[in-house]
Amino acid sequence: MGFITATVPGPGSPNVTAHMRTFFAIAVSGFRRYATYRQATVAAAVTNSMFGFLRSYVLLAVTGAVGVAAGYGSAQLASYVWLGQGLIGVVMFWGWTDLADRVRTGDVVTDLQRPIHPVTSYLAADLGRAGHAVLSRFGVPVALGAIFFGLYTPTRWPTYPLFAISVVLAVVASFACRYVVNAAAFWLLDIRGLQLAWSLVSGVLSGLYFPLRFLPGWATTALWLGTPFPSILQTPIDVAVERDRPVRQVGLVALQLCWAAGMLLLARWVQGRAVHRLVIQGG
Amino acid sequence: MASPYLHLLAAQARSQLSYRASFALDLFGNVVTLGADLLAVLILFRVTPLLGGFTIAEELLIFALAATAFALADLAVGNIERIRLYVRIGLLDALLVRPLGVLPQLLVVDFGLRRAGRVVYAAVLLAGALVYAQVDWTPGRVALAIVAPISGAVLFSAIFVAGATVAFWWIESGELANALTYGGRDFTAYPVNVYSGWFRRVFAFGAGFAFVAYYPALVLLGRPDPLGLPTGLGWASPAVAGVAAAVAAFVWRTGVRQYRSTGS
Amino acid sequence: MSVIEAVGLRKQFTVRVKSGRLRRTRRTVAAVDGVDLTVERGEMLGYIGPNGAGKSTTLKMLTGVLMPSGGSVRVCGYAPVPERTRLARRIGVVFGQRSQLWWDLPLQESFTLLRHIYRVPPADHAARLRECRSLLDLDEFLDTPVRQLSLGQRMRGELTAALLHGPEVLFLDEPTIGLDVVSKQAVRGFLAAQGSRGDTTLVLTTHDLADIERLARRLVVIDHGRVVHDGTLDSLHARYGSRRLVVVDLAEPVPDPAIELPGVTLAAASPDGLRLTYALDGSGVTAGELVARLATTAALRDLAVVEPSIEEVVTRLYAEG
Repeated sequence: MGFITATVPGPGSPNVTAHMRTFFAIAVSGFRRYATYRQATVAAAVTNSMFGFLRSYVLLAVTGAVGVAAGYGSAQLASYVWLGQGLIGVVMFWGWTDLADRVRTGDVVTDLQRPIHPVTSYLAADLGRAGHAVLSRFGVPVALGAIFFGLYTPTRWPTYPLFAISVVLAVVASFACRYVVNAAAFWLLDIRGLQLAWSLVSGVLSGLYFPLRFLPGWATTALWLGTPFPSILQTPIDVAVERDRPVRQVGLVALQLCWAAGMLLLARWVQGRAVHRLVIQGG
Repeated sequence: MASPYLHLLAAQARSQLSYRASFALDLFGNVVTLGADLLAVLILFRVTPLLGGFTIAEELLIFALAATAFALADLAVGNIERIRLYVRIGLLDALLVRPLGVLPQLLVVDFGLRRAGRVVYAAVLLAGALVYAQVDWTPGRVALAIVAPISGAVLFSAIFVAGATVAFWWIESGELANALTYGGRDFTAYPVNVYSGWFRRVFAFGAGFAFVAYYPALVLLGRPDPLGLPTGLGWASPAVAGVAAAVAAFVWRTGVRQYRSTGS
Repeated sequence: MSVIEAVGLRKQFTVRVKSGRLRRTRRTVAAVDGVDLTVERGEMLGYIGPNGAGKSTTLKMLTGVLMPSGGSVRVCGYAPVPERTRLARRIGVVFGQRSQLWWDLPLQESFTLLRHIYRVPPADHAARLRECRSLLDLDEFLDTPVRQLSLGQRMRGELTAALLHGPEVLFLDEPTIGLDVVSKQAVRGFLAAQGSRGDTTLVLTTHDLADIERLARRLVVIDHGRVVHDGTLDSLHARYGSRRLVVVDLAEPVPDPAIELPGVTLAAASPDGLRLTYALDGSGVTAGELVARLATTAALRDLAVVEPSIEEVVTRLYAEG
């Protein structure tokens, strides 16, 4: 993750090792924190599964007798739905207000005093959280989908590692977007409206409600190139169900990498502006 | 003297209007949410001409009936999911020491005026869908077009109340109830025959969701049921809603008794 | 007929205790364990005890919020839970940290709404409101939304809200908690005036000893769910050996300040030996006899008799429990 440690000397120096250790420690704490919300995790898995059933039936009805819709076969569409339901908790569309809450209470000042950049430390915690979600919230929906609908099994082995990379990049891209939305709290008193807009737009435009390829071709392309949203959900799922040939598969992940890196840079820039504003105006 | 509940309702409306900015924001957000759902339906019909054998006009009628029923229920009782908060801040105790029923008080205190925008939007959508579907109007169908959304709203309200009551036993049940309420909204928005197996049996008939929009829509459209059941089932909506309301009332009473015996 | 009659009132809660990693065992805890309580019309009753002693639980059972697990209870002749709504018209309840008022509306509107809820005849309502307005100085914030009131202002509003329907019994759970000194005085003065009229029965729980001294003619002390004392403040002192203190200032130290008199102990002595504090437990000599005896051995410059503080009694009571 070169883009995170871009400000420190090259690999091998003790400085980097120390940074990595800190990063890892924060990630572990993020993992532990979410491990304590047991009842909520169970409830969320049940809800995700309920919507998995609903969306599967509707999308399968769309394929109709032909068994194909927008280039997806029935098994691919079922996988599409259930992987999506499993990934909701991993990329975490909704409910992340940690930064905004700390800005509102003023606790964010302590984050700024730490020797690690806030974007980096929040990212570490979020990766830890995502790690916990992979174990607790990804498995149940995917297993249910496999039992009740039968999922698509990738035919090419490189798809597996590519999917893993794609999920990590999706988490990073999602995190960076959420960070920017939360950081608006530095300027706005009430960011509920912005968060509402984020949860609606991100759900629709990332492909949670229907595969983006159901849209006209030009719209799909514009979304993919012009917004980070497809990189948050559609890309990892399309990679997993092998919707495209290998070259295009890799290309989508590369595009995802650009968006993840770009959004992280934006988050850092926004954070910088916010700190500048805090320093000038004293909050 | 008018009913005390009317006075409480008016007070609740004034309270919510006192936060003008956030009121407008929520109103806007609620309308946009429904827009996103509608968009999803329209997109599906881009890739298929028929969904479960239903045309886009027919599906939009089902969608609009479901949306209206849900919006009405959400307006009336949607806030009841906050009952855990009410227990924690002691509001429930405060209601218990007043000489009025607890559930009516709670529903009135909870009246989410800010969700009114969704009702208006859904009603307009329903009117449009009825025209678009070219319903062959008879007096009976006119009556059903009015009764069905109300019955559906009662059914959804019953599910909201019963789901929220579970919080008396299981504190973290909040999101579980969502699976039934918001899940029910999505379930009822599509023809029931797209679902199958135990899933359809449990939710369409066990929870009664088929009677919110699907069967009433069949009556309005004059279509036979692809599942082979009599089309006249659309007229059973009020009865199904009545049963659901009775069950919810029972669950609620049990929940309050539990609260009053455990104090938690 | 007594306003409150409780016999063998019990309330048990089932709590689940973690035992081991996954296993949880159920345990029954008696929050109120056989309370007998009879309160007559017009009494002012202080219901006190340490945290978790069962005060709030008792109050909730008396007001119809909680169902007793055992025993019998009648308030104003009603069984509180089955006849909750009828009882509600006859009682007023103030929970110190919970509000009966409409948060976002002007205080005045809460009062109007309560008139509708309790169906109070407008003339009665107006008369009671007028009285509360003058006694509690409500006028300056009647048009302010409740959320903008200070805690003291809000509590004055809560008291008014609880009294507008002319209740026979007023239940107050920690009515002065968190208030500033001036507001506390105002609330106490108001409640004392209500109580002294003799037609309203006052039952209050409190941690504030000044509340007790000012408002409670009768004290019921509860601990571990049982009544450990029921009587006047004086009888509480007598029973728990409250000690009057005699503080003397001497012109010069005496070699042996301890005095051999029945019921007298030397409680404290200043380092220079010029100020001595003696405690009298009431069983032996009087303060006068003690002073007379002291005067024979030392030159007294000043003396003071300190009456027993309820604080001391209650602290000792809680410490024993």
